[in-house]
Amino acid sequence: MGSFEEIARALIVGNHVRVRELTEIALKEGTDPQEIIYKGLIPGINVVGEKFRNNEYYVPQVLLAARAMYAGMDLVRPLIAKLGARYLGRVVIGTAQGDLHDIGKNLVAMMLEGTGFEVINLGSDVSPERFTEEARDKKAQIVGISALMTTTMPGMARTVEALKAAGIRDQVKVMIGGAPVTQLYADEIGADGYARDATAAVAKAKELLSLV
Amino acid sequence: MAEGFLERLKSEVLVCDGAMGTMLQARGLTGGACPELWNKNHPERVQEVHRAYFAAGCNMVETNTFGGNRLKLKGYGLEKDVADLNYLGARLAREVCPPGCFVCGSVGPTGHFLEPLGDVSREEIYDVFKEQILALAEGGADVICIETMMDTEEAAIAVRVAKENTDLPVIATMTFELDRNGYRTMMGIDPVTAARRLTEAGADVIGCNCVNGPEIALGVLQEMKPVTDRYLMAQPNAGLPQLIKGETVFELGPEVYAQKYPVLLEVRPHIVGGCCGTTPEHLAFVVKLVKGINS
Ligand code: B1M
Ligand SMILES: [Zn+2]
Repeated sequence: MGSFEEIARALIVGNHVRVRELTEIALKEGTDPQEIIYKGLIPGINVVGEKFRNNEYYVPQVLLAARAMYAGMDLVRPLIAKLGARYLGRVVIGTAQGDLHDIGKNLVAMMLEGTGFEVINLGSDVSPERFTEEARDKKAQIVGISALMTTTMPGMARTVEALKAAGIRDQVKVMIGGAPVTQLYADEIGADGYARDATAAVAKAKELLSLV
Repeated sequence: MAEGFLERLKSEVLVCDGAMGTMLQARGLTGGACPELWNKNHPERVQEVHRAYFAAGCNMVETNTFGGNRLKLKGYGLEKDVADLNYLGARLAREVCPPGCFVCGSVGPTGHFLEPLGDVSREEIYDVFKEQILALAEGGADVICIETMMDTEEAAIAVRVAKENTDLPVIATMTFELDRNGYRTMMGIDPVTAARRLTEAGADVIGCNCVNGPEIALGVLQEMKPVTDRYLMAQPNAGLPQLIKGETVFELGPEVYAQKYPVLLEVRPHIVGGCCGTTPEHLAFVVKLVKGINS
């Protein structure tokens, strides 16, 4: 019990060495890897997001916490795969064309992966054509697009159009997010879902695939 | 080459230009394209922007080289073209620069974080800036303008590069937002810390750019002024960008920008100008306001 809280606390202060240690201990004790994610890592990163929004944290602290989260995830991920659990679905994710802000997108990708999705991370500055190709080739069920600038948001709309033009719009769900993005904008461009943060993104992804 | 840039600052306020990026977008630069590549492929459009700012009465313009460092150009597969694109950027501005006016070589952040937070070492960043700054100097820049910085360490390295490898005056400005703690860069740095560090690094002019409007710029300079003996500069944005029907529109049009600008002049900055969303029309108003002070 205590160890979940400890993992969260170590993550919040960005101590990746401690997160790795605590995760190793928990796993040795036979703790369910999924529980480590849901009760330790996710609550921890949620606090970090909150602190960033409240200006208690700035970018350096977020980066350190993200690294601590990876330290835990790296240990847990292979075990989840080994459990033989089938993937919940396949997600192709990237940031909109022209957008190089990838910290939030990577957190979302990591969280989706940690909760059982297969994630193909295309990186940043992804063109509508590339999203479309990858979605088709990889037979993705979800296309996730992140944008942090008002100037790059139109890339999301263009991606929706490109999926239509390629004739695969009805085979994928489009989920969008990022600080300037809103539900209203998602509706406007005909995306299937919007999520405010990484936790909401997981819930939305499940909802889109009718897994809840 | 224009002499006496720093000398001029002793007796008058100079006006720098406004946005380049949004001006190029209005001339057809698209989202995924490399702005610096236009120095090669569309030199006439880049010069058209410089000319428009000089015509509006600006005393200096910034070269179209903001993202012209190896780490950023690599994203476009153009890492081999650093020297060319920066040299050309400086040349283009030089060619249209009237006598008595100045060409500022624009140097923006690399977009990477320094170790241990990020993946680049101090030595690598030094080399990255050196490659860019030498090309700007060779192309005829009168001043090196390190701008939109958020990490004081990255900014200080760039200042050192310019000082150690050229004889040009150096400007260094950083980007702050007003949050619950006061004015902070995204790395959490306040104006006093920034001013001390940039002064120590040897910048001749320090200040802020790409901040949300003249009031924020005023606040930042007020905090910097007591802890530095350097010249001060500010280049505020035309407010926040908004997405209206798929188009980016900035909050403050030229008239409103001009109405908000005079408060900034109360701290007596030595150089003023605009950043994102400002146009030659915005700057024409600033020129008029500054004429009032200089006369
Ligand atoms: C698919 O489904 C989903 C679902 C949920 C999704 C999702 C996808 N994606 C995100 N979410 C959600 O979940 C995440 C986790 O909870 C959240 O992700 P976020 O990304 O929101 O949150 C992250 C965990 C933390 N947040 C961040 O990482 C963004 C922080 C801020 C400070 C920021 C950063 C870090 C950076 N920046 Co820039 N930057 C700013 C940001 C200002 C701010 N205070 O927010 C912003 C976004 N930047 C801005 C600007 C202008 C720029 N930046 C630039 C550069 C950079 C850095 C490279 C220095 C760096 C990015 C480093 C990197 N590798 O990502 C430049 C552009 C580069 C480019 N082409 O993209 C440059 C143009 C600056 C310049 N003049 O050079 C502004 C955009 C203004 C606008 N509205 O258009 C900005 C708001 C700052 C400001 N106030 O002016 C949710 O949004
Ligand atoms: Zn700007």
